[in-house]
Amino acid sequence: MASLFNAQSMLDQPSYSFAQPTSHSEPRQHSFYPYTDNGGSTLGISGQDFAILAGDTRSTSGYNINTRYAPKLFKIGGDGPNNTGSKIVLSVVGFAADGRALKERLDTVVKMYKYQHGKDISVGACAQRLSHILYSKRFFPYYVTAILGGIDEEGKGALYSYDPVGSYEREQCRAAGAASSLIMPFLDNQVNLKNQYDASQPQGFGKEPLKPQPLSRPHVESLVNDAFTSAVERHIEVGDGLQMMIITKDGIEETYAPLKKD
Amino acid sequence: MNHFPQAWGRPRDDVYGQYNPSYLPQSHGGTQQPITHTQSPIVTGTSVIAIKFKTGVVIAADNLASYGSLARFTDVHRLKHFNRKSVVGVGGDVSDMQYLDRLLKSLDVEENYSTGSHTAEESETDPAMMGANNLHTYLSKVMYKRRSDFNPLWNALLVAGLDEKNKPFLASADLLGTTFSGPTMATGFGAHLAQPIMRRIVPDEAASQQLGREEAVQAVRDCMKVLFYRDARSMPEYSIAVIDEKGVELKEKEVLENQSWDFADKIRGYGTQTV
Amino acid sequence: MPGFDFSNHNRNIALHAKGVPLPKATSTGTTIVGALYDGGVVIAADTRATSGPIVADKNCEKLHYISPQIWCAGAGTAADTEFTTAIISSNLELHSLSTGRKPRVVTVMTMLKQHLFRYQGHIGAYLVVAGCDPTGAHLFTVHAHGSTDKLPYVTMGSGSLAAMSVFETQWKPNLSRDDAVKLCADAIEAGIWNDLGSGSNVDVCVITPEKTTLLRNFKTPNTREKKQRDYKFKRGTTAVLNEKVITKEQISKYVTVHDIGDGKAGVGEKMDVDTQPSAPS
Repeated sequence: MASLFNAQSMLDQPSYSFAQPTSHSEPRQHSFYPYTDNGGSTLGISGQDFAILAGDTRSTSGYNINTRYAPKLFKIGGDGPNNTGSKIVLSVVGFAADGRALKERLDTVVKMYKYQHGKDISVGACAQRLSHILYSKRFFPYYVTAILGGIDEEGKGALYSYDPVGSYEREQCRAAGAASSLIMPFLDNQVNLKNQYDASQPQGFGKEPLKPQPLSRPHVESLVNDAFTSAVERHIEVGDGLQMMIITKDGIEETYAPLKKD
Repeated sequence: MNHFPQAWGRPRDDVYGQYNPSYLPQSHGGTQQPITHTQSPIVTGTSVIAIKFKTGVVIAADNLASYGSLARFTDVHRLKHFNRKSVVGVGGDVSDMQYLDRLLKSLDVEENYSTGSHTAEESETDPAMMGANNLHTYLSKVMYKRRSDFNPLWNALLVAGLDEKNKPFLASADLLGTTFSGPTMATGFGAHLAQPIMRRIVPDEAASQQLGREEAVQAVRDCMKVLFYRDARSMPEYSIAVIDEKGVELKEKEVLENQSWDFADKIRGYGTQTV
Repeated sequence: MPGFDFSNHNRNIALHAKGVPLPKATSTGTTIVGALYDGGVVIAADTRATSGPIVADKNCEKLHYISPQIWCAGAGTAADTEFTTAIISSNLELHSLSTGRKPRVVTVMTMLKQHLFRYQGHIGAYLVVAGCDPTGAHLFTVHAHGSTDKLPYVTMGSGSLAAMSVFETQWKPNLSRDDAVKLCADAIEAGIWNDLGSGSNVDVCVITPEKTTLLRNFKTPNTREKKQRDYKFKRGTTAVLNEKVITKEQISKYVTVHDIGDGKAGVGEKMDVDTQPSAPS
């Protein structure tokens, strides 16, 4: 455009200045990368009237252990800084600083909900809200894989899993983090009974796949334990301690068990 | 008026002269350089290390500020005390450390005004005084905000001291806003060299609650010696602080003692040499 | 043609430029150490082998035989440490036969550094060489690029700093055998606990002018605890869609069939079955 006004043919006309469109130079390099991976793994399983979330407590950077006790499970809502009386648990794995920021935002939202509506938020609503928080940072995401657990309005165990930008889904079980590719197939097989057929039926095409049924709490707890002790054996970023939170209609029970520290 | 709507309302060059775009950013035809942020640290401090013990915390860092591989400033104090409950140890960029120090000073002034205590004795017993945990939360939010603005403070911090209930507190925050806590902490090279030594003495929280003040100080001094042996960006003069219920005891002119270079007399060359 | 085959080099460069990733080598992201003592030398290693963040082998051997009185601890690319020590061991044996003398540790060190220097660091072998010969006990490190070091105590691998922190706080001149073994084992343990690339057990090798003692799994601080559940599937859980039986008689039309022993699988062919719920190693 500028050339049009400065052209020789318009010498008799007064001319005007315009911002010069400049050729785009190379995008400026940033040597600062705002993310890191703090390793570790989490998993969640929902049962008939409970939901269990678990995560190891190791925090890593590279080949280093930052600390042997950095919880990845957070109570959401409830009262005060210790979230007393809370019935929702958020687990985050990936970039710990984003995980913390995310947890604090969700916690604030849930507490504000109770302040404004005079009742506790439902897990379903909380789950959707978490999705929106994640998507609100679509182009500078929270680098975390989140799992949210609680009890739904029918009293059933509820579990929601997320990707870093907010796509979410309600599931029976989900493993996330460093050892998710080791743990998830185990859960598919043991919780959803994938690749298992009815042994009592005769061999052949007609054989019925086993139908998954809700598991008892001790059963689920032992599966979680075995999943983690096995992940520790084969993944270097998983270890040190196993934190578990069991959500029932009565509240949250928290347990801790040591894992191998090598 | 002419037939070019783009020109309507614009100042005529023959009246006002050509528009001077030099103050505009380059993307709009100007010569202004884009806003720049710290992309890499320049003058740097190396490791900070700390151990929790029964009644408090010991923290140490050497007094060197390096300019690349040059040992540029040899009297830089990297332990900053904040009220009588906390000490912040700073590694990484020294100019960013000085900014943080200024921030802490202004926070301290604000705190002293708002709590309304007027005498030294009053502030001694002030139940609302910021604990080390509060200070750590504050600093970690500063760090996370700056990383989210792509304008990081290029530091690794250790916050050591007592919390609101006067229990020992020790946690870290770094340029990404990541935070950790544990019975022993170390930044930089110390994470590789000092942390294994400290973890042998204090493997877990329970062990730190059994550890005495003298043992903790000795362990930190031993670690500083190993760091001087093996970290090429370190020096033998260092600062050490002990924070417990008696307050902050900060010494900034400590020198490593009893260095051992016994191994050296056996060394003859690097291979086949024997004399 | 002796040596390496480079015939795929150009093809692989082109593939890599198009975005085909390089194959991932098993690396012994490792802690290895060595220390001289009065009357001999000790080397030690952890037993974890990794491929990225995955543990490839929980109990691998990183102490390599060179000659009866000379051993090597290896860090870096597993294949490179394995083959480099094997070729030097072989050449050393021939050298020893032709000279009619016991092999010397400096010879091994020199052969290793010349071999590795020729390959400009592309052979990723980082070694601690130790042994006793007629000139005494010796300890060296050899880096992948061919540089060497001769020190009374050495560490290498990703856990080298963790291990060095133990040496720098506890080493003293004129150690006894037991003190040297303890010191090296402690240094390896520092790597096992503090470095993610190292883990599992401690292997130790003590070499004196008289004999060599390999203490395989000298310490096992990381045995796996028992699983809480039994994961044995009921027979018939896997659906069989098709079944075809080939008898011994039918197959003997094509190949010669022998019965070995009692008809069961030979010792070498027995599979290492994870018998649950008892604890595997």
